[in-house]
Amino acid sequence: MLEVRDIYGGYGGVDILNGVSLTVKPGEMVVIIGPNGAGKSTVMKAVFGLVKVREGTISFEEKEITNLLPNEVTQRSICYVPQTENIFPTLTIAENLDMGAFIRNDDYSHQVEMVYELFPILREKRRLPAGSLSGGQRQMVAMGRALMLEPRLLLLDEPTAGLAPAIVEDMFAMIKKINDLGVSILMVEQNAKHALGMADRGYVLTTGQNRIDDTGPNLLNNREVAEMFLGG
Amino acid sequence: MAEILQLLIFGVVLGSILALGAVGLSLVYGILRFAHFAHGDLMTLGAYFALTLIVSLQLPFFLALPVSAAATILVALLADKLVYRPLRRTQPVILLIASVGIALILRSAIQLIWGSRVHTYGQGIQMPYRIADITIKPDHILIVVGSIALITAMHFFLKNTKIGKAMRAMSDNRDLAQVTGIDTDRIILWTWGIGILLASCGGMFLALDTQLHPVIGWRLLLPIFAAAILGGIGRPYGAIAGGLVIGLAQELSTLAISPAYKPAVAFALMVVVLIVRPKGIFAGRSI
Repeated sequence: MLEVRDIYGGYGGVDILNGVSLTVKPGEMVVIIGPNGAGKSTVMKAVFGLVKVREGTISFEEKEITNLLPNEVTQRSICYVPQTENIFPTLTIAENLDMGAFIRNDDYSHQVEMVYELFPILREKRRLPAGSLSGGQRQMVAMGRALMLEPRLLLLDEPTAGLAPAIVEDMFAMIKKINDLGVSILMVEQNAKHALGMADRGYVLTTGQNRIDDTGPNLLNNREVAEMFLGG
Repeated sequence: MAEILQLLIFGVVLGSILALGAVGLSLVYGILRFAHFAHGDLMTLGAYFALTLIVSLQLPFFLALPVSAAATILVALLADKLVYRPLRRTQPVILLIASVGIALILRSAIQLIWGSRVHTYGQGIQMPYRIADITIKPDHILIVVGSIALITAMHFFLKNTKIGKAMRAMSDNRDLAQVTGIDTDRIILWTWGIGILLASCGGMFLALDTQLHPVIGWRLLLPIFAAAILGGIGRPYGAIAGGLVIGLAQELSTLAISPAYKPAVAFALMVVVLIVRPKGIFAGRSI
């Protein structure tokens, strides 16, 4: 479904990605882990057209999407949740969802309903400004917003970063639920142990290159991965 | 007592006009991220378009208003396309300076076309309404009611339409708006449309109330900025309150000091707000 082939690129002439390849198959949950500065978030931004790809190709459902603009990528049914500042704070929750559906011209009330089913607390607070919510609830709004276009692929950049440990678990459960609805997920996560535990496959990146590619469980049991990220 | 009431009325009239300018300025600041110094001169331009329609074509004021507003919006869109758009990815200060350039071009063009003498819409002498010792001109009622109508319409637009919500979203977080698939270029065109509609109507109201000369809008720029900053720049609703506060303060100040110092009152208020509450009384974006 998503094919990233040997891409090079970065910000302002400095390459952060030095030949990264990865694939996401329909319905899969794929996790990217790696140390700080490995280019995890940058891969995602490259897929979404926020980082210039200098070499290599990215294709989605057999069509090339390399260096398309973010709004063009959105139209291909890929949605992206940035790590920070991923909500419109002065807009209400309902309005945040409306913005997620901005490019839709049809009736999307069933999708709003679906998001409220997934995150019941949002229905309760739908008339409140999103900026008044807690960290976990904001993350729900951000994901709900991204789900409004009924994407086939969802890109999540560190969805549990900065959340209280108590709700990290819930957040992963919700991501799993979204995945079970048939939405493929490509996710960058610091919380490697947890993320690999539920992912179908994982990629370990270091210095902008693929280091290890394997299934989630295999990576969890990989000695090198354990030493690098899981604290031995 | 009557004098204070009279000044309050003048203050509300001036405040309405300032609010129309400040709301647009705040919208443009929130969405395009720069202080638009040509805002005052676009108000002037709108007033001059109306002058031509009223004096040369004998159109009534209420017909001249929408036509002039539309023409002024077109000029703003042209300025955006030729000047602001190519500079959009640079720093805000470059856009600010470019807008000062646009302001100077507009003012010179107005002087070339309409001359630098003072004009009026020349609708003859109006009989003011008298209640006790207070006089109210029919024009004042028109200005206040017109301003309320325009601002109410803007409120419903921002709250209830998809474009209006997207304008607020873009003002909140431009990058996220883009990532969400919002067509930011289209929203920018709408922002100019709404902002300059309000500003040009403000310019026409001011010309209706007083006299028309080429620096009418430029002189208004300071109190408008003061109003926008008072309300928290980037916050259109704060700008409404800011406009009224500045308008009232300017008129009431004449009780104590010479009317020549009216602009100084706006400036003093702006400086005080910047020192005490730099985000505005309603805590907007920091500047």
